[in-house]
Amino acid sequence: MIFQPAIIALVLADFLGLVFLAMASVFAVRLLRHWQPASGSAMQLGLERRTYLMSTLVTFVLLTQLGALLLFVLNAERMAPLFVGAMCAVGTLNANPFGFPSLNLRMALFFLAAIWLVMNHLDNRASDYPLVRVKYGLLLMVVAPVAAVTAGLQLAYFLNLEADVITSCCGTLFSSDRDAVAGDLTGLAPGPTLVAFYGVLGLTVAAGALSRRARWLRGLFLVLAPAAFVTAILAVVSFISLYVYEHPHHHCPFCMLQAEYGFVGYGLYVPLFLATALALGHGVTRLFARTPSMTAIVDEAGRRLDGTATALFAVFLAAVTWLIATSNLILLGG
Amino acid sequence: MPPWIERQRHLMDYTLAAMARRWGRNLGLVAVYTLLVFVLASVMMFTDAIQREAGQLLEQAPEVVVQRMVAGRHDLISADYMDAIAAIRGARQVRGRLWGYHFDPVTAANYTFMVPAANAPPAGRVHIGAGLARARGAAVGDVLSFRGHDGALFSFDIEGLLRAESEIITADAILLSEEDFRAFFGIRPGLFTDISLQVRNPREVTKVAEKIVERFPDTRPILRSEMQRTYASLFDWRQGLVLTVFAGALLAFAILAWDKAAGLSAEERREIGILKAVGWETTDIIAMKTWEGALVSLTAFLLGVLLAYGHVFGTSAVMFEPVLKGWATLYPRFVLTPHVDLFQLAVLAFLTVVPYTAATVVPNWKTAVTDPDAVMR
Repeated sequence: MIFQPAIIALVLADFLGLVFLAMASVFAVRLLRHWQPASGSAMQLGLERRTYLMSTLVTFVLLTQLGALLLFVLNAERMAPLFVGAMCAVGTLNANPFGFPSLNLRMALFFLAAIWLVMNHLDNRASDYPLVRVKYGLLLMVVAPVAAVTAGLQLAYFLNLEADVITSCCGTLFSSDRDAVAGDLTGLAPGPTLVAFYGVLGLTVAAGALSRRARWLRGLFLVLAPAAFVTAILAVVSFISLYVYEHPHHHCPFCMLQAEYGFVGYGLYVPLFLATALALGHGVTRLFARTPSMTAIVDEAGRRLDGTATALFAVFLAAVTWLIATSNLILLGG
Repeated sequence: MPPWIERQRHLMDYTLAAMARRWGRNLGLVAVYTLLVFVLASVMMFTDAIQREAGQLLEQAPEVVVQRMVAGRHDLISADYMDAIAAIRGARQVRGRLWGYHFDPVTAANYTFMVPAANAPPAGRVHIGAGLARARGAAVGDVLSFRGHDGALFSFDIEGLLRAESEIITADAILLSEEDFRAFFGIRPGLFTDISLQVRNPREVTKVAEKIVERFPDTRPILRSEMQRTYASLFDWRQGLVLTVFAGALLAFAILAWDKAAGLSAEERREIGILKAVGWETTDIIAMKTWEGALVSLTAFLLGVLLAYGHVFGTSAVMFEPVLKGWATLYPRFVLTPHVDLFQLAVLAFLTVVPYTAATVVPNWKTAVTDPDAVMR
């Protein structure tokens, strides 16, 4: 275990989050069993009152999770000097088998959180809370378990980290007894990935821009958004990172968050994650919006969500194009 | 302006006015909160700054230091080793170093005697560190006398003082010539304290070190990267330790925040009742309470961080120095380079704002669902 403030902060945040999610889960069970909007019983009134507490608690937990994702990555970057062979966050996350799964689950939790928050926001605007069962079902069945597994994996990751420090018992060369961690990622071939990236992202932005024209275009946008996210992440590892670092073999998706590269990573990831989160939130809520009151709200809010998401995807695409255009690296052709 | 922002602006407006009416009550909370942020921020900024200094110093350290071990203890190393090591491909600037410690009964402190790699003073003269000059009240031109290994008295003329900027490493240093060093400590020619070397390609450092161990099993190469790692984890560990000590304070603070949020005065209760009676919804009250928490947190956080910045970089952290940096008779005087980054602030917010907010969520909800008739009756 490495004992330092950022790790303590992350473990503390996860612990508080789990306590709150446990409270919310107990409530979710009661709500799913007893929720009757038509009834005026004391039970129903009590449940309705408690939904205010629960949605505040869950909002708090989920907002903390958004911060925790960033903190987790920055901390991985910070710890790199502690491990033989680690040059940046990739090495730190490879230091034991729990690193990358923790990160992936944290990202999943981020998107789940966003979906839940969008759904909660839209549901609160309808007078009869049509999505209340879906919301708490989702919380009980998906969000809370994922959060628990994430917290568990992260704890396992931190507990199994051992800094490779000099120990007096090693009489001879210390570093050679330790296996160096794999400090590098390998990406897909840059050429085809570049084509796929511009194809998928371009199509997504086009569908988003025209989504008010036709329902099928809106559907297309909502389906393409998650695909665009995956393509974008693969593209970051495959070739965007190369252009940022102006180095033909440095595929790290994390180093670009550092000051050396002018924090360009934030310019890429913030729009990308937000855009995907908004589109996912809209898409998933739409799946459950069956009642007429809800459809109208989702239609109206969905237009704004799609508009913002499209703009953010466009910002991301523009940022990538700008990075490639101004980079000194000539990767393709020449 | 979008209606949502307009709405939040009005809520904030109301919250500020309400808080101003009860400023005494909020002041106490903000003071305790600020103190907590101040303590945690001081610890983090100070260790971080000192870690940064150590990191910069280590960057100038040799890539590999080779020590000879006899019966598990560090021993003098023969010059023959140097030629063999220099023959290893990739190793360069192989150099025997001479350094050692000497206890001075006058100041009851240990001095570090060292023969510098270049520009060593001529025989009979020394350059001394600023901490040592202060302790002995010595200046350029004075004479320093020490008893050598055989009890004989050695006198050195002070030719120069080492620059104050380097004090963090040179506070207790005495630089002297090789002949003086050997005579003072009784070390035969051809023997050195240890051997330092550079490696042309950084990726080959480990390989070169392995070859040295293979060729001379009685040696122990120490890599610069190992020293950097050890220092980094040592400082991390110190920070973690201090923070754990403060965990009790954090818990006490959370309880205080909970209590403050739960224990509403009759007047506040009445106010909430009236607000609800005039049409405020539960969500509005929760939003108002959230703004209240955000304002308290922001004020305390900014004040605490500013105070800690002044404390660490203005006064060199007078309050935590003994715990965090260790001690020595000839402690160097140094000013830390100011540095604050997003990461530190994020960690600090996670350690203070998150627990505070968590502690106030439930009491705030309890306040918000109060029925108007229950309090106005």
